[in-house]
Amino acid sequence: MNVVVCAKQIPDPAAPGELDPTTKTLKREGKLILDDSDAYGVEMGLQLADKAGGGEVTLISMAPNNEVSGLRTALAMGAAKAILVSDPALQGSDSLATAKVLAAAIKRAEPDLVLTATESTDGYTGVLPAQLAELLGWPSITFAKHIEVADGKAKVQRQTEEGYDEVEAPLPAIVSVTAGVVEPRYPSFKGIMAAKNKPVDEVKVADLGVAGDAVGWGGARQEIVDVSPAEERKAGEIVEDEGDAHERIVQFLEQLKVI
Amino acid sequence: MAVSTTWVFAEAAEGKVASITLELLTKARELGGTVEAFYGGGDAEAVAETLGKYGAAKVYAADPGDSLLGAPVAAAMAAQIEGGNKPDLLLFGQTYDGRDVAGRLSAKLDKPALTNGIDVSADGDKVTVENAIFGGNTLVKTSFAGDGPFIALFRPKSFAAEEGGGASAEVVKVDVPDTGLAGQTKVLDRHVEEHTGPKLDEAEVVVSGGRGLGSAEKYDMIEQLAKLLKGAPGASRAIVDAGWVPYAYQVGQTGKVVKPNVYIAAGISGATQHLVGMKGAKNIIAINKDKDAPIFSVADLGVVGDVHKVVPKLIEALQARS
Repeated sequence: MNVVVCAKQIPDPAAPGELDPTTKTLKREGKLILDDSDAYGVEMGLQLADKAGGGEVTLISMAPNNEVSGLRTALAMGAAKAILVSDPALQGSDSLATAKVLAAAIKRAEPDLVLTATESTDGYTGVLPAQLAELLGWPSITFAKHIEVADGKAKVQRQTEEGYDEVEAPLPAIVSVTAGVVEPRYPSFKGIMAAKNKPVDEVKVADLGVAGDAVGWGGARQEIVDVSPAEERKAGEIVEDEGDAHERIVQFLEQLKVI
Repeated sequence: MAVSTTWVFAEAAEGKVASITLELLTKARELGGTVEAFYGGGDAEAVAETLGKYGAAKVYAADPGDSLLGAPVAAAMAAQIEGGNKPDLLLFGQTYDGRDVAGRLSAKLDKPALTNGIDVSADGDKVTVENAIFGGNTLVKTSFAGDGPFIALFRPKSFAAEEGGGASAEVVKVDVPDTGLAGQTKVLDRHVEEHTGPKLDEAEVVVSGGRGLGSAEKYDMIEQLAKLLKGAPGASRAIVDAGWVPYAYQVGQTGKVVKPNVYIAAGISGATQHLVGMKGAKNIIAINKDKDAPIFSVADLGVVGDVHKVVPKLIEALQARS
């Protein structure tokens, strides 16, 4: 079974984010890392291919520059190859434009299953899996907490407000996975060495047959009109625990009439 | 002229309308013009009265059968819109089903979707959605350019829900067009997880645990403390990712937004991801051994100490009172 995993390379979320003063979008120059949320999809894909007794995991990623360090992490985990859509024209693309590009790349890979995260850690729009599925005309099951594939169908436990639903869909399908669906493996030394020689196929937007005006700033059809600091929440009282801090908490809860 | 017609994607479980839907209807009324709801389900009659009370004149009802809502409801919406029944603005909750329907509709109509909104305003034909980024320390306003209908999704708890005193919404059943392969999802079974105590996003008190707890077993004390305070237990993304507690417990950007009267963060450092989900709490108590942890910058009462010492003593003190 061949699985495509949509993998995003993002600025390190531990570093404070910054907006480009001109474009008012997130600065994403410099080294990018594999979005943690995507490690679950990579691991799930590897396990499903393994269980099916054959097939491989292909990564599909999009970036305005040709950054690959995040993809190497996923290749080191065991993905076979990557398709990187790298094009300056992509700068400013919104989720719909991203979905158009990824959909075109997915069509090339002809997978049985596409896995995504539920949302990226930096942009977190959370609508891309559904947009992607609609563009491909495929079924989609979002927020998976468990996946099994058998008889040409994906059987998924989908997170709901109340618990979870058991949902099935015929393949090919798009499934978005929640964190915790599987435990991502750490790349082994051997994996890291092997990843250096795995193919990363760089393509341009035009190579995929996606219209240039569908992506980037123009394709987004939205305009950032204001950026301002939010009202700061003020830090209050700080106490060092010397064995009696719980008493201060009790007192505070009493003041609030919670107890 | 402001917005003339707004549609709200209505969600309900077992005949009870979701609070996000009531919040969106209240906001839609404020924008002016006609407010209508669009519901995916076979039991629209059961929700029509509540939807009307909060401002919906009509509720369009598309029955997805046993499929997930995304493909059939988006197709039914698109069929109405293409048939000329066209709203200027569609409001969705940033929820499981809200994202599925809005995402598919966005692709179907080839219109952008603005997500994670916390506010919306209309000035003439210009519709602007506000977002909070970087853990809520920066506000960004984005306007739709190009033609509508405009699709926007909002984080739960962004608006207060207030009744408008309207009559029951008129139920208008609409067809679900053939969605081909896309609609071939089948819900085989629904599992409702039993909860004792209040729901995480409705609780007056939320007690959340993070990586500082050290191990999954220590989460017991979070549950115990939450129970003593008649609150709900929550969690940081770190311990959900680690598999200590289910995803449903997660408070944060990914996960639930909570605005309780009291939020207690135990062993949570306060990553941006987490702050987004709890900064709106009226009162915040943080317990963490690292005095430089970002969580202290938003805490009304910050205790620099070891959760393994402070929390058991707190539990003991509360037990002694009851």
